[in-house]
Amino acid sequence: MKIAEIIMLTEASVIAGDPGKQINIEKAFSCDLMSDVLTLDDHNIMLITGLANVQLIRTVEMADIPVVLLARNKSATEEMIQLAEENDIVLLGTAFSVFRASGVLYENGIKPLY
Amino acid sequence: MALKLEFNIVGGDFNLAGKASSKIKKKLVQLNIDPKMIKRIVVATYEAELNVVAHAYSGILNACFDPLFFTATVTDKGPGIEDIDKAMEAGFSTASGIVREMGFGAGMGLPNIKKNTDELKIESVVGKGTTLFFKIYY
Repeated sequence: MKIAEIIMLTEASVIAGDPGKQINIEKAFSCDLMSDVLTLDDHNIMLITGLANVQLIRTVEMADIPVVLLARNKSATEEMIQLAEENDIVLLGTAFSVFRASGVLYENGIKPLY
Repeated sequence: MALKLEFNIVGGDFNLAGKASSKIKKKLVQLNIDPKMIKRIVVATYEAELNVVAHAYSGILNACFDPLFFTATVTDKGPGIEDIDKAMEAGFSTASGIVREMGFGAGMGLPNIKKNTDELKIESVVGKGTTLFFKIYY
């Protein structure tokens, strides 16, 4: 799924990064536990989370996750935005809950990791 | 001649955790290492950084980029690990509430370092600190 479609389905806004990035997201992981995110082996996945801090961006940088969706209008700090831009991470924000965003994306073909 | 880099890690400062691993990642990209191997390496160094930030007062990460493998030695001044076998068990954690609020401290760090590395050695003296050494072949 293209980033544009993820944005449309979750009524998201772009907080950082280039949403026109040529990438095909096939799977998603919904999680607030960064320790768990660091154990994922898949590539080209997206993370849906309610956790908004600098370590979220650091974690996805190390775990090679190109797209992150912040649920429930969680706001990103300047430092998070700067780090995401620096590391070519697309950071999106939605008013949807983690559950709703996950459900909508699942219904439209995004697969779970487990 | 292998390239060596040294990084200081400040205990307790979560804003700075990951800075060393970020620099290591950029260096590995520059060296044209396979992205799957880069991920294994930087997940291991990041977990090690987080351990210092979460548990110790200060630490030093020495990274060595050999042509065939990567090694890291992370030495910290801190409380040390009482029972290393127990610390290696998935789910065992002595992390504080603050660490857990940040999204960590689930007792998955050391097992995850083991999973991502080819060699891992841990030495610890209670009341003094811990030294972690690991090696990953590209």
